[in-house]
Amino acid sequence: MAQHDDGVTDGSPVDDHTAAGSSLEKAMPHDSGIAVLTDDLMENPGFPPHRPRQTDLDPKKDKRAEKQVTFLFYLSIVGSIFAVAAYVAFPIVPGDMESVRTNNLLLGLGIALGMLGIGLGAVHWAKQLMSDIELVEERHGTRGTDATRAKAVEIFALGNKESGFTRRGLIRNSLIGALVLTPIPAVVLFRDLAPAADPIPLLQHTVWKKGTRLTRDPSGTPIKASDVTIGSAFHVIPEGLNELDDKLEEKAKAAVLLMRLKPEDLHVTAGRETWNYDGIVAYSKICTHVGCPVALYEQQTHHLLCPCHQSQFDITHEAAVIFGPANRPLPQLPITIDSEGYLVARSDFHEPVGPSFWERQF
Amino acid sequence: MGASVLTTATRSPAAPVEESRGSRFTGWAANYVDERTSISGLVKELGRKIFPDHWSFMLGEVALYSFVVILLSGTFLTFFFQASMTSVIYDGSYAPLKGIEMSNAMQSTLDISFDIRGGLLMRQIHHWAALLFIASIGLHMLRIYFTGAFRKPREINWVVGFILFILAMAEGFTGYSLPDDLLSGNGLRIIDGLIKGIPIVGTWISYLLFGSQFPGTDIVPRLFTLHILLLPAILVAALGIHLVLLVINKHTQFAGPGKTNNNVVGVPIMPTFAAKAGGFFFIIFGVIALIASLFTINPIWTYGPYDPSPVSAGTQPDWYIGFADGALRLVPPHLEWLWGPYTFSLNIFLPVVVLGLFIVVVMFYPFLEAWVTGDKREHHIADRPRNAPTRTAIGAAGVTFYAVLWGAASSDLIATHFLISIEGVITTLQILLIVGPIIAYFVTKRICIGLMKKDREIALHGYESGRIVRLPGGEYIEVHEQLDPYERWRLISFEDYQPLMVRPNAKGEITVAQRVRAGLSNWFFEDRIAPVSRTELAAAHGDAHGALEGDAGAHGAIGH
Ligand code: HEM
Ligand code: FES
Repeated sequence: MAQHDDGVTDGSPVDDHTAAGSSLEKAMPHDSGIAVLTDDLMENPGFPPHRPRQTDLDPKKDKRAEKQVTFLFYLSIVGSIFAVAAYVAFPIVPGDMESVRTNNLLLGLGIALGMLGIGLGAVHWAKQLMSDIELVEERHGTRGTDATRAKAVEIFALGNKESGFTRRGLIRNSLIGALVLTPIPAVVLFRDLAPAADPIPLLQHTVWKKGTRLTRDPSGTPIKASDVTIGSAFHVIPEGLNELDDKLEEKAKAAVLLMRLKPEDLHVTAGRETWNYDGIVAYSKICTHVGCPVALYEQQTHHLLCPCHQSQFDITHEAAVIFGPANRPLPQLPITIDSEGYLVARSDFHEPVGPSFWERQF
Repeated sequence: MGASVLTTATRSPAAPVEESRGSRFTGWAANYVDERTSISGLVKELGRKIFPDHWSFMLGEVALYSFVVILLSGTFLTFFFQASMTSVIYDGSYAPLKGIEMSNAMQSTLDISFDIRGGLLMRQIHHWAALLFIASIGLHMLRIYFTGAFRKPREINWVVGFILFILAMAEGFTGYSLPDDLLSGNGLRIIDGLIKGIPIVGTWISYLLFGSQFPGTDIVPRLFTLHILLLPAILVAALGIHLVLLVINKHTQFAGPGKTNNNVVGVPIMPTFAAKAGGFFFIIFGVIALIASLFTINPIWTYGPYDPSPVSAGTQPDWYIGFADGALRLVPPHLEWLWGPYTFSLNIFLPVVVLGLFIVVVMFYPFLEAWVTGDKREHHIADRPRNAPTRTAIGAAGVTFYAVLWGAASSDLIATHFLISIEGVITTLQILLIVGPIIAYFVTKRICIGLMKKDREIALHGYESGRIVRLPGGEYIEVHEQLDPYERWRLISFEDYQPLMVRPNAKGEITVAQRVRAGLSNWFFEDRIAPVSRTELAAAHGDAHGALEGDAGAHGAIGH
């Protein structure tokens, strides 16, 4: 019979259909923990009668389902051919975005139809025309039989005896030692993923130095102090950055925001009196949380907002953190003007910019 | 009854068939292959293996098929994508970016989108399939959890599956980073900051990973190797183990008449399951293709190439990374200290640790529950979630925890959309992260127990049929319709556990482990609703005389 071609039982699985006392449970040590097992449990009523489908009863319905399945498969053929035709007939015209969209749409629809036709056809076929009588397969405990397990144990014992793995401790231990060491060269090999130089000095300095002009990002044109009106903000890069080979690496540290406040709004701590120029201040744009550009400046409140995790920095208080996960203020770039009135740096930042790292030292 | 299952299913009588040319060829070919591979044994073993049917069992299949779609579309993309960060001046056909400096990776992605026919389609198929892949694994995992399908003998497969889930997210993140556009670069910047925040080794890991300072020119090629070689290889291997274990353990099935812990009831692989599953693969592929032809995803040309300076508000990672981004946003302020000459950034390390713990707890949950119940039997009947109230409640708490983190990744959007301050949103979410799971736990547990009581009620006394009859005495009652035994079985066949009694061991001691275990089992099973027993059913039917019943009758007893 089709139902039991695995030949496990002889056609009377119904016997086992009660919940308790099964071949499975006999096959393994019985430990049900804190499960409640009583004799008063209800009994499994066994399989309900099978309900034939329309297609089983009515040859016309059967015929119709057959036609539908065939139709769906033909539809798939149409879809695939359509896709190829669309590929050829609707090419991409360079510069014409509309042609890209059309190509994408028609090609996609063709492929989708090709796939859906087969898929829906196959499922319809299975549901309507293939046997829907449920079959039963017995489960067996997952563990091997006692005999198999005994054999496995015996094999290991034999292997151990013939090799002397336990007896010859010297050999075994030296082998284990050797095996433990073999992966280490592989780990060492990865050292050259990065250059020999220590990364820490790189993180401590930027290209800003005494006299470097502050220029507009991205054009690189210098900024006069008189261009910076009260309330305005400039995205700034150091002069000459665009000509560097490692431009992105340097920009990722050197990007600066420039703002002008009324000098009396600034709360300047001792030692930083000369770092602003007439209310013009420059702060690192790299968030001290995990390094996003702190690009949003609220003019009224003089707050800088990081769009990544919403840390907020108060420019009137030297970019102190007033909200969010960041902990340190944004580092300040000391600035002044040169003889031509352009804004220049007085020095590099006095501390590393950007996210914290272990060796940073505040 | 059972007998009907055994009647032969052949629809047409096996009439003597004339050997056609085709069948002679098939026979010859089968023989040729078998004599060289003994494949007939495999067909005999697996060909008629039984698969139970339930819509929720298809979630794993969706994952599998979308993965195949990912492999196919991804292979196409590798033929055109250039994993290089060498800088070039864009000269393709997308006019707004002409003359802009960008990396080779970005340029080739633009070329795939705008100069190669079907390229954009393949990119979009690949990305949509990836989203479907991760979503379906997540849902699949939830179904395994809430039905208890992770119990013996499937604990190992749960762990393997969970590893697949992590690998899938890793694949998603590495893939998202490849085009080297503004958003993906910004994502990498965050990863760089995260890594640098790891105590002691962080600085060096970042340096080695990026091959220099951030961003360097190595990261895209390196991620490419991970994305198309290393991670897929591990993923395919783990998937292989996952499916082999599935065959060995056989599928679980829901309780139902005729279904027991010792059998599998369903359709055979050949032909029905193969046709359904094979067809389903094409449906998944078709649906992904349809979505990809209609909806744009990840339009990198509107973001532009990576530049460390600009960023726009409201940028979001792909949704499945959201929970990690949210965790970063919800840390309390000022969690960073100087330890001697070293900086300890708990504000970054804490989310990493919390998420790590969350992952570990989820991964090892099956072993925890097995220890609490002490149940060493195999379980092949999937639980209805309500019948395991504490497990379901823990799951709901976990889902809530994840959901709050996930929502936190959109804290800025929530704030602007509902016109509340960002401070308010963050504080609310911080509270919700702790309180939400607790509320979810208790509410879910109550709901489950309520549903169990209701089931019990219906199993014992039938359901209200809506039919009102007038008794000879003039009083009106509603007729209660009894369930047939098959329907009733679905409601009452579940396993019941009772809390562990603390007992001294052989040495007369009560160990700490014993106490913990008793405490946990008490937590799990103190509110029990016992399944309907034979005696109870007989009693219920005895006094109610079947069909008619005046009042709602006894309420589900809370057993102790
Ligand atoms: C690459 C991702 C995955 C694929 C392609 C996949 C595929 C499948 C398929 C096709 C099934 C059988 C059908 C079903 O029960 O839905 C299955 C079963 C199973 N999966 Fe997954 N799965 C994936 C991830 C996961 C994850 C993340 C978990 C859990 C952490 C998991 C745990 C399980 C378990 C325990 C089973 C056996 C279920 C049973 O017999 O009832 N899988 N998987
Ligand atoms: S990177 Fe600025 S808040 Fe996280």
